[in-house]
Amino acid sequence: MLKSFAKASLLAAALSLPLSVGAVQAEEKKDFKVCWSIYVGWMPWGYLQDSGIMKKWADKYDINVEIVQINDYVESINQYTAGEYDGCSMTNMDALSIPAGGGVDTTALIVGDYSNGNDGIILKDKTELADIKGQSVNLVELSVSHYLLARALDTVGLSEKDLTVINTSDADMIAAYATADVTSVVTWNPLLSEIEAQPNATKVFDSAGIPGEIIDIMMVNTETLADNPAFGKALVGAWYELMAIMSSDGDEGASARTAMAEASGTDLPGYDAQLATTKMFYTPAEAVAFTKAPELPSTMKFVAEFLFDKGILGEGAPSPEFVGVSFPDGSVYGDTNNVKLRFDPSFMQMAADGAL
Amino acid sequence: MRIINRKPSRLTALALGLLPFVATIVGYAIASHYRRLDNPADKLLPSLESMGQAFWRMAAIPDRRSGDLLLWVDTFDSLWRLGTGMAVSTLLALTFGIAIGFIPHVRSALAPYLATFSLIPPITILPILFITFGLGELAKIALIVIGTAPVMIRSTAQAVLDIPREMIIKAETLGASVWQMTVRLVIPQVLPKLITALRMGLVPAWIFLISAEAIASTTGLGYRIFLVRRYLAMDVILPYVVWITLLAFLLDRALLLISRRSFRWHHLGGDAL
Repeated sequence: MLKSFAKASLLAAALSLPLSVGAVQAEEKKDFKVCWSIYVGWMPWGYLQDSGIMKKWADKYDINVEIVQINDYVESINQYTAGEYDGCSMTNMDALSIPAGGGVDTTALIVGDYSNGNDGIILKDKTELADIKGQSVNLVELSVSHYLLARALDTVGLSEKDLTVINTSDADMIAAYATADVTSVVTWNPLLSEIEAQPNATKVFDSAGIPGEIIDIMMVNTETLADNPAFGKALVGAWYELMAIMSSDGDEGASARTAMAEASGTDLPGYDAQLATTKMFYTPAEAVAFTKAPELPSTMKFVAEFLFDKGILGEGAPSPEFVGVSFPDGSVYGDTNNVKLRFDPSFMQMAADGAL
Repeated sequence: MRIINRKPSRLTALALGLLPFVATIVGYAIASHYRRLDNPADKLLPSLESMGQAFWRMAAIPDRRSGDLLLWVDTFDSLWRLGTGMAVSTLLALTFGIAIGFIPHVRSALAPYLATFSLIPPITILPILFITFGLGELAKIALIVIGTAPVMIRSTAQAVLDIPREMIIKAETLGASVWQMTVRLVIPQVLPKLITALRMGLVPAWIFLISAEAIASTTGLGYRIFLVRRYLAMDVILPYVVWITLLAFLLDRALLLISRRSFRWHHLGGDAL
């Protein structure tokens, strides 16, 4: 009996070994994997892989970088947090709650854009934000939609207690809006524009009302980046080469945007319409300026307080300051001994200086 | 002695039964230990201790926002949905199953349709369910019923067909009407098999319950799991999974016990798993 127990536990250990070695071992290495999911501001990642621009820059620094698309946004962040990927595209809010809250030291390598109308609140048969009082609101709970709702309610002196939040899967949001019991939704593009197009729908608030607070970023593992600066340089170099192409008016820019549009299931006018509500940082200088701006720390404070209020800022977090967030000037919001999210524009600065 | 003839003693049987469970827990603890060596705050495989704390937090400490004990609210709402859905399915299985199994004309009309309908994966027609039943409780219960009733009806109908023809002829010879045969012969014969069908139906019912709660909800075991998945809180998810498994196991055993107590004659011919 005892012997078989020992055997069994040995077998169990052997079986579970692959699970435990999944974590990224920080050391110098050659092969890197980053992941992304479909969103207007992240479509360039897919294009970088397909067009060979990524390979060109990876070859320059003598490394391999694989860019992988993952169909489910939250799943992609979870995979990164679990150590399967060296980097992943996500918002500032999800970066703080999932990897940083989960103890994975994460650096904002490329600050790509912020939502400038891509997330919004829609009411059925009502036209004022204040009318949302007493309604049931369908949204993906704990997502940026939830954050947007909380910020919007602040502006009209309401709080979440004045309404009922119903967690609704984004995949079913459009079907949900078509049912009689759904009277208000908070969601993002392209769902937002799809729902807004319905005759009885009015967009009463969108992220243009809180500019620069919902930021879309390529987040990478801090240790991996520190041990392999070539990884950061290659990603940043490739990204800004594509940004220059994408923002140009010529045929090359249009064909790159068309490819991204098709990959996201729309056409060029549809994709351009989504870009119009996204503040892309096409030049590294803009992104550096945004990252260094004094507004960023106060945004992250809002976000941390929101996450803490919802009870999702790490396990048993005693206060919103539980996870430290460091900024380019060296200042830290929160616990200086537990800095897990870093805004570090040094790689983007190299691109701005033409030093890559 | 050949291995097929060697029977374990009660104690050995218990130990052998526990072994795979212990091995799973030990394997988990080892994997979790190694992951947490790399990152003490690892979320994927949290320690058994932190899962215990999370479970305690959900079960015994009122939620900061609503003041509810989340685990019990979730459990109550989920069980209510599951119970209502299965009650409807059982009722449908009993009425339609007997009608299809006992009356040839009804069988010709409904059996092929039901066989086809039971093959539709209910999840794929969700938007239609939403428009028909709304986004509230009704849609969730409807999903459970649509997912479980067709198969339960079919196995009940089969149970009716399996009643020895001699018994029915005997009842007819004694002058029983169709109604009398249904009440005095068919229903008593079918009830234990209906309980078996219910036990089998509970397996997909749990799956449909969890998926329904993942789509649009404010409470429930599935709701909680999909909500906290947004920040990879495996310390909450894993205890919830164990809890759901335990509830499902207890429900299954309770039904088996009811069947054994009420229909002793049905369990005379050797025992099943």
